[in-house]
Amino acid sequence: MKTKSVDDLMVIRRRAEGMLSLREKCNAIVSEESCGLDKGTEHIQILCCGGTGCKASESALIAENLQASIKEHGIADKVDVITTGCFGFCEKGPIVKIIPDNTFYTQVTPDDAEEIVREHIVKGNKVERLLYLDPKTLRHISDSKHMNFYGKQIRIALRNCGFIDPENIEEYIARDGYQALADALTKSTPEEVIEKVKASGLRGRGGAGFPTGKKWEFSRSYQSDEKYVVCNADEGDPGAFMDRSIMEGDPNSIVEAMTICGYCIGSHDGLIYIRAEYPLAVHRIQVAIEQAREYGFLGKDILGTGFDFDIEIRYGAGAFVCGEETALIHSMEGKRGEPTLKPPFPAESGYLGKPTNVNNVETLANIPIILTKGAEWFSSIGTEKSKGTKVFALAGKINNVGLIEVPMGTTLREIIYDIGGGVKNGKKFKAVQTGGPSGGCLTEKHLDIPIDYESLTAAGSMMGSGGMIVMDEDDCMVSVAKFYLEFTVGESCGKCTPCRIGNKRMLEILTRITEGNGEMADLQRLKDLATVIKDTALCGLGQTSPNPVLSTINNFYDEYVEHVKNRKCRSKKCKALLTYTIDPAKCKGCGLCAKDCPASAIMGTVRKPHVINPYECIRCGMCMSRCHFGAISVF
Amino acid sequence: MENINLKIDNHEVFVPKGTMILEAAASIGINIPTLCHLNLRGTCVQNRPASCRLCVVEIQGRRNLAPACETKCMPDMVVSTNSMRVIKARKTIAELILSDHPNDCLTCPKCGECELQALITRLNITEMPFKGGELSQRKKELTCSITRNMDKCIYCRRCETMCNDVQTVGALGAVRRGFDTTIAPSFDKMLKDTNCTSCGQCVAVCPTGALTEHDNTDQLMDDLRNPDKIVIAQPAPAVRAALGEEFGMPAGTLVTGKLATALRELGFDYVFDTDFAADLTIMEEGYEILDRLKRHLEGDKSVKLPIMTSCCPGWVNFFEHEFPDLLDYPSTARSPQAMFGAIAKSYWAEKMGIPREKLVVVSIMPCLAKKYEVTRNDLKHGGLPDVDYSISTRELARILKRANIGFAGLPDSDFDKPLGESTGAGVIFGTTGGVLEAALRTVYEAYAGKTLPKIEFTEVRGLEGIREATIDLNGFPLKVCVAHTLGNARRIMNKLRSGELDYHVVEVMACPGGCIGGGGQPYHHGHVEVLQARQKALYSEDEHKPIRKSHENPDILRLYEEYLGAPLSERSEELLHTHYIDKSIKMTW
Amino acid sequence: MSDFKLSPEVVKQVEAICEKHGNKPGELINILHECQNNYGYLPEPMQRVIAAKLGIPATQVYGVVTFYSFFTMTPKGRHPISVCLGTACYVRGSEKILEEIKRVIGIDVGETTPDGKFSLDCLRCVGACGLAPVMMIGKKVYGRMEPQNVRKILEEIQDD
Ligand SMILES: Cc1cc2nc3c(=O)[nH]c(=O)nc-3n(C[C@H](O)[C@H](O)[C@H](O)COP(=O)(O)O)c2cc1C
Ligand code: SF4
Ligand code: SF4
Ligand code: SF4
Ligand code: SF4
Ligand code: SF4
Ligand code: SF4
Ligand code: SF4
Ligand code: SF4
Ligand code: FES
Ligand code: FES
Ligand code: FES
Repeated sequence: MKTKSVDDLMVIRRRAEGMLSLREKCNAIVSEESCGLDKGTEHIQILCCGGTGCKASESALIAENLQASIKEHGIADKVDVITTGCFGFCEKGPIVKIIPDNTFYTQVTPDDAEEIVREHIVKGNKVERLLYLDPKTLRHISDSKHMNFYGKQIRIALRNCGFIDPENIEEYIARDGYQALADALTKSTPEEVIEKVKASGLRGRGGAGFPTGKKWEFSRSYQSDEKYVVCNADEGDPGAFMDRSIMEGDPNSIVEAMTICGYCIGSHDGLIYIRAEYPLAVHRIQVAIEQAREYGFLGKDILGTGFDFDIEIRYGAGAFVCGEETALIHSMEGKRGEPTLKPPFPAESGYLGKPTNVNNVETLANIPIILTKGAEWFSSIGTEKSKGTKVFALAGKINNVGLIEVPMGTTLREIIYDIGGGVKNGKKFKAVQTGGPSGGCLTEKHLDIPIDYESLTAAGSMMGSGGMIVMDEDDCMVSVAKFYLEFTVGESCGKCTPCRIGNKRMLEILTRITEGNGEMADLQRLKDLATVIKDTALCGLGQTSPNPVLSTINNFYDEYVEHVKNRKCRSKKCKALLTYTIDPAKCKGCGLCAKDCPASAIMGTVRKPHVINPYECIRCGMCMSRCHFGAISVF
Repeated sequence: MENINLKIDNHEVFVPKGTMILEAAASIGINIPTLCHLNLRGTCVQNRPASCRLCVVEIQGRRNLAPACETKCMPDMVVSTNSMRVIKARKTIAELILSDHPNDCLTCPKCGECELQALITRLNITEMPFKGGELSQRKKELTCSITRNMDKCIYCRRCETMCNDVQTVGALGAVRRGFDTTIAPSFDKMLKDTNCTSCGQCVAVCPTGALTEHDNTDQLMDDLRNPDKIVIAQPAPAVRAALGEEFGMPAGTLVTGKLATALRELGFDYVFDTDFAADLTIMEEGYEILDRLKRHLEGDKSVKLPIMTSCCPGWVNFFEHEFPDLLDYPSTARSPQAMFGAIAKSYWAEKMGIPREKLVVVSIMPCLAKKYEVTRNDLKHGGLPDVDYSISTRELARILKRANIGFAGLPDSDFDKPLGESTGAGVIFGTTGGVLEAALRTVYEAYAGKTLPKIEFTEVRGLEGIREATIDLNGFPLKVCVAHTLGNARRIMNKLRSGELDYHVVEVMACPGGCIGGGGQPYHHGHVEVLQARQKALYSEDEHKPIRKSHENPDILRLYEEYLGAPLSERSEELLHTHYIDKSIKMTW
Repeated sequence: MSDFKLSPEVVKQVEAICEKHGNKPGELINILHECQNNYGYLPEPMQRVIAAKLGIPATQVYGVVTFYSFFTMTPKGRHPISVCLGTACYVRGSEKILEEIKRVIGIDVGETTPDGKFSLDCLRCVGACGLAPVMMIGKKVYGRMEPQNVRKILEEIQDD
């Protein structure tokens, strides 16, 4: 139905709350009991993760099988299967959660569906083997509230992810959805709303951390017949998936926030710039926009207040630089995504030359809840200068890969060890990379700094958009620096000299070092060049691109020196510096290695020790993984 | 305008709000190096990408360095253009550019005129710290008017701005990205397979040797030395207002007399003047205007108005590519260069008894489109071109230098007769508005049957992109318009196509300022004052000419009497007029 | 001038796509997306049709197509393979997966096998970092890849 007033919204809300009351109620308690129809539970909801990670492991099929099985048992009227967004714990995905007893099943396969229905839903017996196994206590944990992974998190931007059905606007409404918009439109002036956003201390989550309220104020201050609200959903950081998860799990919060922003700055047109490589997020956003139109939260005369606002989707086409706002605007205009000099800032002259307010997805996701819960509530979380929480995509050599949200000021140690469950396979922690290609690698000695915008920058990294990659002793920091630089060289738009040529030359020097052809002077060269590129590049991409190199030189100088002086890569990552040899004492002469060597570099006769010809060997490592006798080693 | 105070290198500066640091510094004599920046104030030519980063300066309180060319002065700003941090950064950037550049200055056509080369010298770069770096892959190409050697491109994108924003041709543009970016025609084709008009404006602004003119100087040297050839010269009007710059004279110095002497010293057998043919063009075009006007006034609905000038081959190319549906609007009169060739190889050659094969007609032009024009099939007779080839003002200067001709000290001399006699009307052909003014002088007197009260039509002069005026032709209000640059021409043509145009006569020149700003002229290096001075020089030459109307040129009158009969006669039509071809890129399926 | 061929139906469809977007140059990227979705790639004549329809130089269309890595002018294989080189996958060894694929099908990144079966590309983060290293064949995601499994997976792919 179309809402024509705040009262209409209330009607829908009351109706929708019924649907969610079960989830809301049991979410508040820790329940060790098990539910089941046989045990008298009247209504059961099965939440099945429909995030990209779990979908990749066939979670859609799980949901289908659950449905089929429920039908078979003839209990369809008592059990709902609801597809939600990402729960965050993607490492253990696909996730299936049973309401009301809060049972959190991990690594479910489509074949498990039948058993879950039969044993748990019907009989009320938890499927023990699908419960999360705490790596420390080695005990199964049923309710996620007992998991360390969730223990230190506060979910604000992710409040609805893994909780509601993102394709059902009423579930969003039941969670205070569109309340902030209604209040803004009917009870406050734009200035008052902006004041609240300012008071909350919210800063842009897209990287630079510019105060959001201030940005809105600027955008409002420019007079123009047309203005635009842009949601930056480009998320180009390789290995980050926060924004996509929010769009997949809670798309209505973006729609609502953009509409509020439109009201505040005096705009009637919203644009979402989203990566075309994000089909699921695109789909969910489309559904949300359509439903919002249907319900009267977008379009003409919203909630009967006379305010008009609508949203269009624009697609990115694979260019990291288009995350930069001026490049993004050119891309939306159908042009090459090349940045232009700021000022003028988009707030003054942006899309089609009109004032344009660009905000990141996560920034926007915080807006509705700030307005409903109040600026004070929000600003009570976090640190002095960085308020609220930050979502990170925790990945790499860590036990619990996933999407996490922690208050600003949490330490890296808490994230990596408490939430992340420590380094994978018991290896030694070496570094954590934050800020993606613009950020840096931090070490053991940085683990206890409370993270916020300033402290990360001071440590030589960046908050960035929230990618957080953990590395262990097997990672070569020179290679990691080279990896990021390769990325920037490939993604540089090529407009300005320092970035176009400078990064290429840096990469050549790094390549030289990883191939054993470096010289000590190269290290100084890298530093000098990095300084000039940071100092002179036109846009944020170039201005931050040397960070991974600088931070690894500063924090892992020894490793660089080893590569140059000893032509050695201690992590055995730099192929050109490796030598594979067969220990004649251990070799049984089985010939397996020779058979699979792609370079035919291994010679020998059966049952006699084999040898590797170092000139032919391309150092692929295949032989080593083949030998059953551990006869092959690399140094 | 509000003024603000700031400090640059410890000097107080007082500038209007909105001034860029680059200009503020220049106003107190601090010359910050630039490379990508180009701004011909007062015209539509500007390229302001702030992308080369050579102009960076340090601003107190700012995290990184700022490009002076596009950073506005702010009150109480403290700027340093020469701190060690700035000097180091600037040098590194220049070294980076060099690391992606073939260092073959010695054999580069731009050597000595190259902005990059000058900068490298100025920044005292004597070593290449980034040895062994990969060079980005780019193409080379030789067209009949332009040589592209994109290895030398430093990616300032001035050419792209000229071709796309100013000329709206879009033959060239940036393709790919990052280190692989290059400037190329669509699909990495050759320029000759595109809608390039050969206007040469990309060449006129390229700071390096990436874009230069197709060089015909060696060919000319060979011909001049060949005893079996009679080599005759025809320099265009705009050449005399610019050639002096190549020999250290200030912009706007008129070197008409020295030019004639120099050409003779070089060994040309006859030194004529394209201005003569410009007068001839006015006769033909003027009478065509009169003819169309008369028929229009008589109610002939088939008459196409406005009539548009056709003496600029860049413009002719443009409408043949882009407006094939409007080919019958432009006058059919050939350009002065072409008319000269046709008359020289017919009337004059017959008169002199020189066989056509022996005669080499060389034009000296401010223009690169003329190099293309001479290859047109409609401008050939018996398979031989009317004009053999065309060299640019710059090429002439190079030849003179090679031949040790001390240009500055040469005495003045006159052009040879009869094809060297010209009027003031022919002279002003070299600047925007000039052709129309020259035509008006003749059309007025022919139409009204009385002498012009005032010879100058100042209303059509200037550097404004599109200028319009209504001329009182003895009671008939003649609506005229002048447009220069092809972007402005497109605006006019789009209106014509949609039926919103009500002019009678329109003049179009492809280059900013007309031929004085042609692609073959000495480089203006971004100084608009150079164009203004050249324009002024041409008007002053006109003012001092004893005869200032084409129809009063005695040798033109004799030509009609002895050979052509009258304007638009059958012979005139054959020798002096042409037809246009549809060159639009066709899609067939 | 230069003549080329494109089937009349395709021309009509491409023109219809342009019209649907109001023939607006600002819609260029959306139009290119739609064309590539429909035809798999963006050959030269198609770009020319779009340029003509939008009234912009072909250079501008080509400049955009070559700027964005998502757009391609070569037809993809029937089973396009993409290897994730996002950071999470990289640190978990996706480079080795890529090398093994290259070795098995004998083509480089950005190429298509001569029989048109496979094409090989890289992408940056599928969003399934928990399954790193990840590769995709068509729309199917393959997680927790090991170089040893590559040959088997590829050999199992059959044309239907
Ligand atoms: C190279 C580069 C890439 C960026 N990528 C993104 C991105 O993917 N997503 C994003 O929201 N912001 C990105 N940004 C930051 C945006 O330019 C911009 O600051 C941000 O969208 C503003 O929104 P916020 O104030 O809400 O953070 C990027 C910046 C640069 C320089
Ligand atoms: S810094 Fe890099 S991405 Fe940014 S404008 Fe310069 S070349 Fe383009
Ligand atoms: S590392 Fe690879 S190339 Fe070298 S011997 Fe082993 S299998 Fe052969
Ligand atoms: S696989 Fe191992 S044991 Fe067998 S031949 Fe090779 S090195 Fe020897
Ligand atoms: S373009 Fe300039 S710097 Fe380059 S080779 Fe030519 S003269 Fe030298
Ligand atoms: S400048 Fe140097 S390189 Fe050039 S000719 Fe003179 S000595 Fe040779
Ligand atoms: S000559 Fe003129 S039309 Fe041709 S590429 Fe250069 S600027 Fe464009
Ligand atoms: S060709 Fe010349 S004008 Fe064009 S971008 Fe390159 S250097 Fe600049
Ligand atoms: S304006 Fe003059 S120089 Fe320019 S293309 Fe036309 S004729 Fe040539
Ligand atoms: S995608 Fe299912 S938990 Fe993240
Ligand atoms: S001249 Fe200022 S950046 Fe090029
Ligand atoms: S980095 Fe490969 S899926 Fe995220």
